[in-house]
Amino acid sequence: MAVDASLAGRTFPPTPPYTVSREKLVEFAHATGSTYDGHAAPATFPIVVAFAAMTALMQDPSVGIALHRVVHGEQRFTYTRPVVAGDRLTASLTVDSLRQIGGADIIGTRSEIADAEGRPVCTAFATLVHRGEEAAR
Amino acid sequence: MNTGDVLPEQTYTVTRADLVRYAGASGDFNPIHWSDRVATSVGLPGVIAHGMYTLALAARALDTWAAATGRVVELGCKFTRPVVVPDDETGVDVVVRGTVTNVTDAGVQISLDVSCGDEKVLGMPKAVLRA
Repeated sequence: MAVDASLAGRTFPPTPPYTVSREKLVEFAHATGSTYDGHAAPATFPIVVAFAAMTALMQDPSVGIALHRVVHGEQRFTYTRPVVAGDRLTASLTVDSLRQIGGADIIGTRSEIADAEGRPVCTAFATLVHRGEEAAR
Repeated sequence: MNTGDVLPEQTYTVTRADLVRYAGASGDFNPIHWSDRVATSVGLPGVIAHGMYTLALAARALDTWAAATGRVVELGCKFTRPVVVPDDETGVDVVVRGTVTNVTDAGVQISLDVSCGDEKVLGMPKAVLRA
């Protein structure tokens, strides 16, 4: 089943605030072979917050996405400033585009990541490929 | 950095243990990144690296070339081919290459090449570093 066509243009409520700890940044940097220098988070760290917004989209029963059929097609970040320890971040996801190609839904999402004062930190653009039952066979 | 500069190639070895560590750090526990049984059931050759793990390795190379963290103002790619990670001590090598394509007041544009064996695993990976 294709996802609901009215999904395009829809904005979801912000995710609950995520407090970035020094320990988490050490753990994330270590997991990718990097070293946390006490300043900027690794560039891909905002995926942790964006992932929460994408998960909320994928688990929303009104949207009609089957989680096990989803593949991460594309990811892009633009940064206003690096994430730092102590940030309280929320992600607000908008579905920018929705296309059907060969039985798959191509869902273009944009998650605006902001700090506790609502100031922009980073925008995470993700393309999710939702394979239909026919395409998955 | 100047336009046309070819940046020093970075080689990173990826093992199953790295994927488990990344799953915990990122919160992405999709079993295709740790279970051969699940990975093969959806048509993959075996456990594959998280696409975001591979992009994180590209970001690691950028920090190395910039000799600093926090300079990345733009980073993106398509996830075109999976990085299959064998269940052994050796793992698999991911190679990150970069070329400076443009330098302006706004930043340093870098075209990346992220490969595993003879295959490019990321599509059109590119980044901009703060000038």
